[in-house]
Amino acid sequence: MKVRVLVRLKPGVLDPQGRAVHHALDGLGFAGVSDVRVGRLIELEVADDTDPATLTEMCEKLLANTVIENFTIETPGSAEGGR
Amino acid sequence: MAFRAGVITFPGSNCDRDMAVALEAVSGQPALRIWHGDADLPAGLDLIALPGGFSYGDYLRSGAMAAMSPIMRAVVAAAERGVPVLGVCNGFQVLTEARLLPGALMRNAGQRFICRTVALTVENTNSLFTSGFTPGESLRIPVAHHDGNFFADNDTLDRLEGEGLIAFRYAEACNGSARDIAGVLSANGRVLGMMPHPERAIEPAAVSELGGADGRRLFENILAALASA
Repeated sequence: MKVRVLVRLKPGVLDPQGRAVHHALDGLGFAGVSDVRVGRLIELEVADDTDPATLTEMCEKLLANTVIENFTIETPGSAEGGR
Repeated sequence: MAFRAGVITFPGSNCDRDMAVALEAVSGQPALRIWHGDADLPAGLDLIALPGGFSYGDYLRSGAMAAMSPIMRAVVAAAERGVPVLGVCNGFQVLTEARLLPGALMRNAGQRFICRTVALTVENTNSLFTSGFTPGESLRIPVAHHDGNFFADNDTLDRLEGEGLIAFRYAEACNGSARDIAGVLSANGRVLGMMPHPERAIEPAAVSELGGADGRRLFENILAALASA
């Protein structure tokens, strides 16, 4: 199955890249953007019977740095999955 | 005194030779070179040094891949036994990713790569890395990094301050680091991570051209502390 892991900076952690992108959007004349945060999308192809706890462990050990980042895991069966 | 230091090389390390040269210049003894794919460290190391560079191309996050390499399991085990570990720049990033040190090194607040000599203030003088410094002393040591913006939550920062584990601060704001932290120590004081490059400041004869000699003192501190231990 295809699994999508979204890694995002925690709320309150300053995102210099997001700020730079925001500035660039302003420079292009796109008005009304109040904030930009840059995250990371990781797509995994894993065995269908992969334990959700194993996916969580992958995120905690490597895919996200939980000091600064949160992650969400989307599997085909999950509410956000399949898109 | 016998001094056996090991320098780890990851794919993409680029200050490993400088680190070995610095250790050899100060100790007069050859530094062992260790490859990231090795599962074991040479026996009897007095110091493990993780050098600067761009290990694994900074893929995923700076230091993240290196922290999972085979040799790092051995480094973590050695650190837990009390073997001193020095991580500089990318080495500092690897130590935080390996959870040997708290916090994380994020993209510089100003987005720019910063490459210049900066003034540091010595905060801790109790560790084997810093015992030859005087509290509040100013050092001039070069920095060269894109991801040196130290972040930790406020509880962690308060704990680091309270336990005296902040080794160095930038004398002036440099890269957005929380509380201007430039280097931190582990709780037992035997693991030091710092963004500035002491190995680039070891030549007294060429102070202006080669970054000065303040970095040399950090290596001398280590030797002196180990000799008296």
